[in-house]
Amino acid sequence: MNAIRVRGLTKAYKGHQAVAGVDLDVARGEVFAVLGPNGAGKTTSVEILEGHRDRDGGEVSVLGVDPARGGREWRSKLGIVLQSATDAATLTVREAVHHYAGYYGDPRDPEEVIDLVGLTEKAKSRVGTLSGGQRRRLDVALGIIGRPELVFLDEPTTGFDPEARRQFWGLVTRLAAEGTTILLTTHYLDEAEALADRVAVLAGGRIVAEGTPQTLGGRAHADATVRWMSDGGYREVLTHEPTKVIADLSRHGELAELTVTRPSLEDVYLELIK
Amino acid sequence: MTTAVASGAAALPSTLALGLARGGTELREFFRQKENLIFTVSLPAVLMLLLGTVYVKEVAAAQMFAAGMIGAGIISTSFVGLGMSVVADREDGTLKRLRGTPMPFTSYFIGKIVLVFVSSLFEAVLLVAVGVLRFDLELPASAEKWLTFAWVFTLGVVACSLVGVALSGIAKSTRNAAGVLNLPYIVLQFLSGVFIMQSALPESLRTVGSFFPLKWVCQGFRSVFALEEGYAVMEAAGSWELGKIALVLGAWSIAGLVLVGRTFRWSNTSR
Repeated sequence: MNAIRVRGLTKAYKGHQAVAGVDLDVARGEVFAVLGPNGAGKTTSVEILEGHRDRDGGEVSVLGVDPARGGREWRSKLGIVLQSATDAATLTVREAVHHYAGYYGDPRDPEEVIDLVGLTEKAKSRVGTLSGGQRRRLDVALGIIGRPELVFLDEPTTGFDPEARRQFWGLVTRLAAEGTTILLTTHYLDEAEALADRVAVLAGGRIVAEGTPQTLGGRAHADATVRWMSDGGYREVLTHEPTKVIADLSRHGELAELTVTRPSLEDVYLELIK
Repeated sequence: MTTAVASGAAALPSTLALGLARGGTELREFFRQKENLIFTVSLPAVLMLLLGTVYVKEVAAAQMFAAGMIGAGIISTSFVGLGMSVVADREDGTLKRLRGTPMPFTSYFIGKIVLVFVSSLFEAVLLVAVGVLRFDLELPASAEKWLTFAWVFTLGVVACSLVGVALSGIAKSTRNAAGVLNLPYIVLQFLSGVFIMQSALPESLRTVGSFFPLKWVCQGFRSVFALEEGYAVMEAAGSWELGKIALVLGAWSIAGLVLVGRTFRWSNTSR
């Protein structure tokens, strides 16, 4: 059984069709990224899967349960990482994590979770005094404290500095290695490429492409650009046989600044959402 | 593969245990916010000190005035304070986060009730202390009076909490909520015999006041703090009407519960 199965999901707000027929399958243990520009319907879709929002139509099954009818047992298997909460400001990090651990039947050890998200030094600090990145790591701690089978990460690294993002990626990788299914929405392509087993591109409420980060939009089979320096200028060849091109060229000697590139995920993505 | 994980989630904590845990956390957060201590808990005591110094010339008047102020005070912590705290929970993401956990909705309310009872009690004790130290307030001597105090306090807090939470659904933000909740509270203080004796009000205003819980809470407390039973003649009906107090507050509690069930929203954007 898949962790998530969606067929024909629709949702409209006051005449605006936010989600217009989405199909989605996420296998257990998979890290799945949903990419898309602002307003593509990412957050709406995720909130429907979380059971936080009603849907207009379609079939949805999350861990075998319709989110519109999910009970406590079902909730205890989900981990929802909030996007912009400012709650619990007067509690300390340790108090907040211990308190939320109390909601679950079999929580992780709060001290281990604090350590896992890298907040051990901040354990005694009030939540309201944390930096943006630290605050988000606390959100992750509270999202995973219940030992969830499925974690929702909705644009988790927005506003992070590069170092904080790398740390965060490490955290997600560790969760995935433990077998947790992760549904991630993001508009950072490198994030999807670094973390996801599979990605889907959502635009205008529909999924316009789906695949692994390496093959999305026919990327793996796209022509490659071979580029090198010759006579004080760069020269480029677009080819579907880069190995052959280089073999031919290299007969004349060493090639300066040789590179072979295929379209980046970003190139493919920008083409898809046009 | 799923069975091993699922078995661990079997024993979720009970609704009551979670409610009490929430109550503890609510109290911790409440007392760490200085504006709560200054505004919600101390304001009625400060008002009593100011107004009492101007108006109270004899002990008998102090008794009646203190009773009204205690009534107004618990409504400030329950109706205004709780209403505001629910709006704040909606605004800062507390409710959204809780909704993503296996916590039952009822536990959230148990937590809020713990918060309101403890903060109202704090505030009432502070008021009584000011009354005793500054205005020679006499505490009721009989167990019967304290029993009346206890049930009026409880019913008053429950009714006003539920109505406050129901009204909080109207407010979109905490700034908004201050107006939505404070306006009826301040108006009702004038109509319910807190600042002005009800018998001094025109009939029409007295009638309006008698529809709302505050008048009945204050009347109940006046029956507790009156130096002798004869003071009942100064009430609008000429008696304490304890049975009617229980009835009106009970009816407001039920109405509040129904309203909360129908109007409660987890977030400002859902649905």
